[in-house]
Amino acid sequence: MKFSHILGILVIAVAVIIIISTTGDASSYVDFKEAKAMAVSDTREIHVVGTLKKDAQGHVTGIMPAADKLSFSFLMIDEKGEEQQVFYNNPMPPDFLRSEQVVVIGRYQGNSFVAGQILLKCPSKYQEQELQPTQQAQFN
Amino acid sequence: MVHEWIGQTGHFFVVIAFVAALWATWNYYWASRKDTVDPAGWLKLGRISFGIHSLALFGVVASLFFIIYNHYFEYHYAWSHSSRSLPVHYMISCFWEGQEGSFLIWMFWQALLGLILMKFAGKWEAPVLAVVAFVQVFLVSMILGSIIPGLDLKIGSSPFMLLRDVMEAPVFALNPDYVPEDGTGLNPLLQNYWMVIHPPTLFLGFALTLVPFAYCIAGLWKKQHSDWIRPALSWTSAAALVLGVGILMGAYWAYETLNFGGYWNWDPVENAVYVPWLVLVAGLHMMIINRKNGTAVKPAVLFTIVMFLLILYSTFLTRSGILGNSSVHSFTDLGLSGQLLLYMMAFVVLAGWLVAREWKNMPSTAEVNVYSREFWIFIGATILSLMAFQVLVPTSIPVYNSIASWFGIELNMAPPANPEVFYTNFQLWFAVGLALLSGTAQFFWWQKMDLARLKSALVLPAVVSLIVASMALIALDVKEPKYLVLLVAAIYAVVSNFFVLLGLKHTNLKLAGGSVAHIGIAMILLGILFSSGYSKVISQNSSGLLYSREFADEVNQENVLLWLNEPQKMQQYQLVYKGQFLEANDAPGYIHKQLLRPTDKPDLYIARGDYYYKGKKYFGQGDSVQVHPENTYYRVEYTDAGGEKFTLFPRAQVNPQMGFIASPDIFRGVKSDLYTHVSVVPDPKEPLKWSEAEDQKIKIGDKFFVNDYVAVLEGLQQVREVEGVPLNETDIAVKARIRIMAEGGSEFFAEPVYILKMDEKTSGNLPAVIDDLAVKLSFTAIHPEDDSITISQSKTQKDYIILKAMEKPLINILWTGTLLLVVGFGIAIYRRYSEYKLLQKKGQD
Repeated sequence: MKFSHILGILVIAVAVIIIISTTGDASSYVDFKEAKAMAVSDTREIHVVGTLKKDAQGHVTGIMPAADKLSFSFLMIDEKGEEQQVFYNNPMPPDFLRSEQVVVIGRYQGNSFVAGQILLKCPSKYQEQELQPTQQAQFN
Repeated sequence: MVHEWIGQTGHFFVVIAFVAALWATWNYYWASRKDTVDPAGWLKLGRISFGIHSLALFGVVASLFFIIYNHYFEYHYAWSHSSRSLPVHYMISCFWEGQEGSFLIWMFWQALLGLILMKFAGKWEAPVLAVVAFVQVFLVSMILGSIIPGLDLKIGSSPFMLLRDVMEAPVFALNPDYVPEDGTGLNPLLQNYWMVIHPPTLFLGFALTLVPFAYCIAGLWKKQHSDWIRPALSWTSAAALVLGVGILMGAYWAYETLNFGGYWNWDPVENAVYVPWLVLVAGLHMMIINRKNGTAVKPAVLFTIVMFLLILYSTFLTRSGILGNSSVHSFTDLGLSGQLLLYMMAFVVLAGWLVAREWKNMPSTAEVNVYSREFWIFIGATILSLMAFQVLVPTSIPVYNSIASWFGIELNMAPPANPEVFYTNFQLWFAVGLALLSGTAQFFWWQKMDLARLKSALVLPAVVSLIVASMALIALDVKEPKYLVLLVAAIYAVVSNFFVLLGLKHTNLKLAGGSVAHIGIAMILLGILFSSGYSKVISQNSSGLLYSREFADEVNQENVLLWLNEPQKMQQYQLVYKGQFLEANDAPGYIHKQLLRPTDKPDLYIARGDYYYKGKKYFGQGDSVQVHPENTYYRVEYTDAGGEKFTLFPRAQVNPQMGFIASPDIFRGVKSDLYTHVSVVPDPKEPLKWSEAEDQKIKIGDKFFVNDYVAVLEGLQQVREVEGVPLNETDIAVKARIRIMAEGGSEFFAEPVYILKMDEKTSGNLPAVIDDLAVKLSFTAIHPEDDSITISQSKTQKDYIILKAMEKPLINILWTGTLLLVVGFGIAIYRRYSEYKLLQKKGQD
């Protein structure tokens, strides 16, 4: 067997390991129910997509900041409509209340979801700003 | 007025550039065919058409810049990327902020490179430029913005669209000629000098990768399977250098401007350029082997082609909108994904077909000796490709989701939750391999090796690196085994390459490029190792407050809350937050917000007092001051254990488009950088909530309490001028002077004013606000009957910031390594180029 063949086999082996580890470590987008079920068997962090809970007037409710402002918890509703309290160990991200959608990355611990990261999607973040002629309604 | 002519001119140039690129491809194609009757004639036509193409592109660039420079906000591109207050150098950045503009800068570089090749490529001109022109056809089509009649198919997105054609706003129904007064401005994160030079560098790198690819395709096409490598080699080095520097510039920009706490985030967009760069470097090494002994043709061809296809793939990833959910800075979909896919597939097919056709004719590399340099360099290239592969597989996760959804499967795969750990687990071991190889292979490179010689050559470097490594261990406290291995390997790479360099000194410094570049890479590795592996969050919350009993183990609050002027301990530092500052157009330094009174215009303030910077007066009381209203700087004073003081100004802005953006400030030390950014600040738009006013009757000399501090009414004084209130001759204004004694012996003075307007028979007052104490004192009445006055006070919440601080040890090694990499590449490119010139002179090429 030529040395290059051994090398080739080695390379293929490493490539296979890479692919397996990627599928192993890749997270997934799930809802709270699945996340809870998954938390029993494995320690992986998962992504849950959802929105903040709002009252009838459209105000965000259920935000509970810690006394020292250095952490907070909030109520989130996943895509299936399930509500869950989520804990976050860092200060509230400043555009948090304006967000249209939130993605929490973390896992269940007991009955609470602890997020390690929060990704926000703000309505205007990637879209062009609306044209607002009210403030500049000058007609040339 | 809508300036339609300039947009139409620009669009006209785009069409010309597109047609001319097609024509140039056609001409150069015929010029390079063997069976062509009059190749010289075709060549001439090729030059003319590519020349027209380039001129037209310069016209497109000029038109777009004209629109931006003259603030023609009737154009969507100018409106959405620029604004009136933008300085000229940022106008250049907003030029490529948008997707169309960034395509434009890319093809602009390629046109320039094409012109250079036209002059210097000699016999390779026709086939190489045929490829370049063909690539330009695809790129120009991206900004064509033309609709094919009948098919309702739109090709490309034009940067010359009028706002009224893009936006649906009721105002256009009333007045089609409506022009907004101002644009929405440049994304504030891009208002940074690195962003002025980083994107053009990166796109120059992208453009440069086309040259080796074009040579390679030309070589396969003309069946000159290895002849293309010599002329392509300096171009490949240049591409590797420029692209590498572009990537590192982006890293540096991220370090300076973004608050994710580092220079590399494993964001898909970063990965998308890192992957082709790795393959490019692997290909470069194959080409070098080929130049040395004529072997490795097949790998050189493969790496070059794969590298370019990866450039196309990364273009597709970042611009098709497919990464929308997983990346913070990829472009949104402009409806170009189909076109981008076509672009990529065209070259996959073309290159694949050529390689398949020529595979059997290419010289095969015989089995190589383990003691040969080729063998070890080949292993190095293999590791580089595995590194690329490991990053590519997870970065493409959104692509798998899309492909699966075509088949009706919901894959729902998400990127790894902790990308840093995930990627590092692999990349670290590959890096160890590369470090060891780059140290050892250099010895093989410069002399014939066998086992005995190898031993004697390696003993000294190995011993020296072990000594250096153990000294480093003692000094730096590296505990984790994997970091230890990387540390030793990287030090070995530095030391052994340094020995190689010493050995070369007597022979020829021109040959030093390789070892200098390798030392640079090894230092970059060391810098990454320490700054990320040993980056330490020092702003641990030490208040002892748990946020929830249930998660006691999880408590990992990495932020410190600082109240205005209240010292707070953080590790070995004492921190004091000293208030909010602004930057002015015409005055240096940071200006305290209290010194400025806002006006109706957001960027115009009136000075409340004199401003000095380094002893020089820049403006006085009552002067108007132009500021950059977007950014607020939060002054934080650090005092370290030794009593040494320094001040940092982390900044934050609330941007209507991007939301809250915090940028760090960095205290640069030799041993480590101290990196600080704000995590939360009080919302500047939220008006302060004042408590109900409490009235107190006070005589001159009386002591009273203000927000729990002792205060004294020192006296009353009639004044003739009151800030912001015009006074008549008959009006009376009286100022009360109140001294407040706060913690640590500091004193504050409040001077509220009471005003009697005699002709209007009204009275009013101008309260004094002391931000530091969060109090407002108003002088609301005078009581002549008992010589007293009424002072009413109300309180508010004190100003605060929540801050995160990190220590980044030895990050300077990373930047020094980058510099060495540039120098090494520079030497190598110079050497290859002068060799090539010499050969050309001799008429061999």
